[in-house]
Amino acid sequence: MAEQYVAAVDQGTNSSRCILFDRRGRLVSVAQREHRQLFPRPGWVEHDAEEIWRNVARVVPAAIRQIGAAPSQVVAIGITNQRETSLLWDRRTGRPIGHAVVWQDTRTDRLVTELAGDEGADRFADLCGLPLTTYFSAPRIKWMLDHTPGLRQRAERGEVLFGTMETWLIWNFTGGPNSQAQHVTDVTNASRTMLMNIETLEWDDKLLEAFDVPRAILPEIRPSSGVFATATEVLPGVRIGAALGDQQAALFGQTCFSAGEAKCTYGTGSFLLLHTGQEIVRSKHGMLTTVAYQIGDQPASYALEGSMAVTGSLVQWFRDGLGMIHTAAEIETLARTVDDNGGAYIVPAFSGLFAPHWRSEARGVIAGLTGYITKGHLARAVLEATGFQTLEVVDAMNADSGIALTALKVDGGMTANNLLMQFLADLLDVPVVRPMVTETVSLGAAYAAGLAVGYWPDLEGLRSNWHRAGQWMPHMDPARRATEYANWQAAVQRTFNWIRTEDQEP
Amino acid sequence: MPGTVQSIERAAAVLRLLAAAPDGLGVADLGNALGLAKTTVHGILRTLHQVGFVEQDHSGAHYHLSDAFGRLGESYLDPNELRSRAINWADSLASRSGEVVRVGRLVEGKVEVVHHVFRPDDSDQNLDVGTTLPPHATALGKAVLAYDTSARPRSLEAYTTRTITDPVQLSEELATVRSRGWATELEEHTVELASIAAPIRGLGGLVVGAVGLAGRIERICDSRLRHRGDLVTMVRATADAIARDLRDDT
Ligand SMILES: Nc1ncnc2c1ncn2[C@@H]1O[C@H](COP(=O)(O)OP(=O)(O)OP(=O)(O)O)[C@@H](O)[C@H]1O
Ligand SMILES: [Mg+2]
Repeated sequence: MAEQYVAAVDQGTNSSRCILFDRRGRLVSVAQREHRQLFPRPGWVEHDAEEIWRNVARVVPAAIRQIGAAPSQVVAIGITNQRETSLLWDRRTGRPIGHAVVWQDTRTDRLVTELAGDEGADRFADLCGLPLTTYFSAPRIKWMLDHTPGLRQRAERGEVLFGTMETWLIWNFTGGPNSQAQHVTDVTNASRTMLMNIETLEWDDKLLEAFDVPRAILPEIRPSSGVFATATEVLPGVRIGAALGDQQAALFGQTCFSAGEAKCTYGTGSFLLLHTGQEIVRSKHGMLTTVAYQIGDQPASYALEGSMAVTGSLVQWFRDGLGMIHTAAEIETLARTVDDNGGAYIVPAFSGLFAPHWRSEARGVIAGLTGYITKGHLARAVLEATGFQTLEVVDAMNADSGIALTALKVDGGMTANNLLMQFLADLLDVPVVRPMVTETVSLGAAYAAGLAVGYWPDLEGLRSNWHRAGQWMPHMDPARRATEYANWQAAVQRTFNWIRTEDQEP
Repeated sequence: MPGTVQSIERAAAVLRLLAAAPDGLGVADLGNALGLAKTTVHGILRTLHQVGFVEQDHSGAHYHLSDAFGRLGESYLDPNELRSRAINWADSLASRSGEVVRVGRLVEGKVEVVHHVFRPDDSDQNLDVGTTLPPHATALGKAVLAYDTSARPRSLEAYTTRTITDPVQLSEELATVRSRGWATELEEHTVELASIAAPIRGLGGLVVGAVGLAGRIERICDSRLRHRGDLVTMVRATADAIARDLRDDT
């Protein structure tokens, strides 16, 4: 019998890819396409959802073609996606209403401040596990409904659908406007909207009311692993066996299935997730409470999350915004032209600061600039920014969980950077471990989909696929670590209170 | 007499014009100057851009020569970029073969380890990225040496009794590598170990490095000490996959 594969569709911030995995969890082919980043105003970031769907519809067959397989050899599709990015579309025509508003977008700055009012940013944290910030979907939905004439009325009449990217993709995979398309999301993605009750895993009336979101636009919430539907487009007849947010997918792909297990994924942004079992842990140190995954009708698993908005995207800015390098990887070559950061620190508060600070009014700084600083030092500072942000998050996570991290499991595109991985180990003072698959986001989506259709029997089997591909050991002198961290923290202080309310546009 | 290649002549003319225009030139400028259709000029520019000889300015309207064009003698592929492109495929090779995988490139007559993937048995291993290996005594080394036009190692140091130390024998071995497209080694660097590697070809067929696996003889070779065919196939497929990624979008 011909070999069978699971197809993961990873709809990311910069690109969409399709990766095929075999039964041993090994990557067998990859196809990828970038989509445009639209910046209509400072602080605004948008995507064209039709472009994204077209890209997905191209990369899936391309990945299958790459190994000369037949579509019938694909037993399931697992979908994973950039989270919180929000889209409204017309139920009848299937056309997006405006662009998708991306998770990095800060247009809801003022709205979020207003909603927080006297009660503060944690006003809804009990219900949804999240603080009020520009990061999550609900303020964005409200913004879209309020800023498009007539849209709210149409939404209330049931003519408009809302979705994050997995919802948009599944709806299109199942026929879009012409048929019995499925309008569904999963618990992990729903847990990032601020509209889902973190305990009941259902849309919460209080939250819907607070954000003025009509229930009619919302998708049905499903478990992350379980058959969502059978595709009628692109791969007709193939079951969609999973959907989960990219960071939760990475946790799954790293086989962090038990309480206490953690991973950090280094991509556009970086996200450290700690599995907390079936317990909903409330952070006192700036971590988010989020759903890790739900398999079929089993109880959901939860996680604490430390989100860093700008890590790989700082490298991209160094490449595209400043033109200092031609490819992201070249930053390592440039950084190795010097021995240290020369006293320079870059705090990339491009969209405010995420965990553990949650300061939307912060903006980035380069601190410690002197005439001594060269491109090489700045390249170091760019990479080190990712290290320091991780240390802040790990500190907060340790404080919340009461147990210190003993090793860090990493994945994502930036793990190809050895200088960064060594710096991480040095700074955290624990071994940093990379598994055999760096595309762990996709692997997790594949695992969840493969479980749903019986391609893999159980979680234990998946665990045995995990192997160490590389490891970096800590070497840094403790005194130096302390000084560096103190410098970083001083630089962070200088980003606060940059945007003043009176500066914001209505 | 063999003819000349018209598109190379045209590309040379484009390069000359760009070299003489510090502010860069647009497609129309070049087309007018050379009497060529815009689509022809566009195709030439796209190719020159892909090989890294020309760059576009911010607006995308003007082309100029790249810095790299002035430094043609230097390695054209950044080693960290090679690692980024190789990482997925090197991982797959390690988990398929069960052996250690390395990506290397030739630097000043030595093979520099650009990427290293542990043997997937979760035993204690140390990353050796950045260290160098003797090119004449490893499969990884032979796979790059075979295609190098300058850097024949001067002294062939012996690591074991099986190391090739005779330049003539090494030349023959490298000719074999070229004709087969892959390289092997058997206890030539360390006793009881063997290795297999294949060259990674970037744009235009230029060999930018090699990828290979290494392990204990009884796992790498069959009972007659021949390198296992299934492993050779895997290594070559890996090199091809990395090469495809490199050519796709540089
Ligand atoms: N060698 C490298 N050194 C430093 N940064 C790198 C390196 N390679 C890739 N990156 C950065 O990593 C990011 C790409 O990694 P990856 O593909 O995992 O990101 P991602 O977040 O999944 O992408 P998407 O946003 O499309 O989901 C980019 O931001 C890039 O700048
Ligand atoms: Mg991603």
